[in-house]
Amino acid sequence: MPPSLAPSVAFDSSAGRALPKGDWTAASFADRATWRRLQRELRAVPDASAWDLTGMARLDYVGAQILWRHWGAKWPANHQANDAQREILAHVEKYSQCEKPAAPGWSPLQQIDQLGVLVLSGCSHLKELVELIGQLLLDFGRMLRRPQRAPWRDVSGHLYSMGATALPITALVGFLIGVVLAYLMALQLRQFGAESFIVNILGISLIRELGPMLAAILVAGRSGSAITAQIGVMRVNEELDAMQVMGIPHGFRLVLPRALALALAMPLIAVWTTLAALAGGMLAADITMGITPAYFAQALPAAVDAANLWLAMGKSMVFGVLIALIGCHWGLRVEPNTQSLGQGTTASVVSAITMVIIVDALFAILFKDVGI
Amino acid sequence: MTTTETSSLQGAAAPGAPAGGPVVRIAGLWSVFGQGEKAFAVHQDLDLVVERGEMLSIVGGSGTGKTVLLRQMLGLLAPTKGTVEVLGRPASEMGREGAASRVGMLFQHGALFSAFSVLDNIAFALREQGSLPDDLIRDAALVKLQMVGLKPEHATRMPSDLSGGMIKRVALARALIMDPPLLLLDEPTAGLDPTSADEFCALLRELHAALGLTLVMVTHDLDTLFALSSRVAVLAEKKVLVTGPPREVAAYDHPFVETFFRGERGRRAMAPLSSGQAVAGET
Repeated sequence: MPPSLAPSVAFDSSAGRALPKGDWTAASFADRATWRRLQRELRAVPDASAWDLTGMARLDYVGAQILWRHWGAKWPANHQANDAQREILAHVEKYSQCEKPAAPGWSPLQQIDQLGVLVLSGCSHLKELVELIGQLLLDFGRMLRRPQRAPWRDVSGHLYSMGATALPITALVGFLIGVVLAYLMALQLRQFGAESFIVNILGISLIRELGPMLAAILVAGRSGSAITAQIGVMRVNEELDAMQVMGIPHGFRLVLPRALALALAMPLIAVWTTLAALAGGMLAADITMGITPAYFAQALPAAVDAANLWLAMGKSMVFGVLIALIGCHWGLRVEPNTQSLGQGTTASVVSAITMVIIVDALFAILFKDVGI
Repeated sequence: MTTTETSSLQGAAAPGAPAGGPVVRIAGLWSVFGQGEKAFAVHQDLDLVVERGEMLSIVGGSGTGKTVLLRQMLGLLAPTKGTVEVLGRPASEMGREGAASRVGMLFQHGALFSAFSVLDNIAFALREQGSLPDDLIRDAALVKLQMVGLKPEHATRMPSDLSGGMIKRVALARALIMDPPLLLLDEPTAGLDPTSADEFCALLRELHAALGLTLVMVTHDLDTLFALSSRVAVLAEKKVLVTGPPREVAAYDHPFVETFFRGERGRRAMAPLSSGQAVAGET
């Protein structure tokens, strides 16, 4: 490349002429210092002076735009330029005489308008969710009538990707939570000399509440986002439209397998997480208070009613279906652009976790007499 | 149209271009994909030179590495062996700061940033420089928007609301915002209807003349090929088999050239050439 010359303007006061020099190209304005110096030089040029562009090394459209703006969107009365420069400036002149698209402004009416849009979109979410649940029930009925035509291969694939591959992370988190809980409680219980109650406290809290909740929150973060992203990318690539055109319903092929797989996998993951947490609790109890795992295992059935386990598995199944439905709901609403995909995935995880906690609270109230 | 004439004619209008030397110089290029036993070479000892002001089309069967070659010129892929120089510098340095003022790329599907409006897409590279005031950048983007045949009212639209032809035009305006001397095009008319494709070819020819661009394109479309190229390079047998003006290349004796140019579609596309009309590429 030939050495690039910084753009500059010299003013020849004896002849009343402005003499721009150097490269007036987009890349040469990249340096802020150069740009500020050029602005100073441009301001020093009197308004009615003549312009001689023939000394410029190069001029491109950005350079021409700067000149044109400085000239106040009209040719200076007296100017000299070569044909190429004249052509570029003529293009800039021609295309600058248009209505500029207005930048969006702020008005109170618009805010009210936006509030309305927000409420309506909330309603449409609710409506779509109800539709999705209804469709899922219909598809489930269809599957029961003709089980040989159900998408079993998809179900098994999702069982593996959302269930089996979640086992290591849920076990790790469960184990650590079990250890932490047991340590904290050991400190409190020791003050009352009630060390052996660690079995009751850990047993009830982990089996009934924490195990299923931990598992559900982890799976919501892991699989809920994956479901939304998968379906969202299918929307972006028009794969959803392709399926619809072939007469393959989204509900039966996309929503049902995922909901079914999570409904089956979620209780098992919950039990697995609970077992890991109990193992962590046992270990910590053994180390801090000398309560042996043998005693722990022996005392557990007496301390925790078996109904708690069934309750935990039942609500885990509900959590699984909810996570799948919320993931699918947000995935199907994704619009064909990257921003919407990101927003959908975030919203999916946040709403799935919130929903899991709300439903867990409902279960706690409804079944307060069971197993305690 | 000879190269020397082009440079002297368009020297002033082509900013940022080196004064002499070829725009793209590829020498002894090997592109090998896969590892160990599965390794296969797409290019073996390939040489190609693109002179300033040219409109070069690269053609070849599928799997002959046309797009690979484009990506290597852009520095998106590193060659296994050999050199790829663009504007006198190694292509691996292309992706550095200010790349938009050296080379523009029109991707096959536009590759517009879907989160930005049309105007923001076009202005992106200029705005990223971070030195010029925003209203000046908007004006410059509006000029480019109109140069590619769009209207100012399209500026606020989002890419998802555009038709295929408009996406290509916006992508073209975006590639040209910094007035790069070299423009690479991957299948510029794929997915366009014949009228839009013809309009797009005319637009590219116009911009080629107005901005003093060097065009390198990969295309399968014979109409585009004859409408736009001043030179054709045929990729076959892992190297550049033959280069030359479209008509000369079409007469070359090779099975691929035979089926590509002298098949039914090829004869149809060449009909205007033989009936004595000027080669469209020669502006």
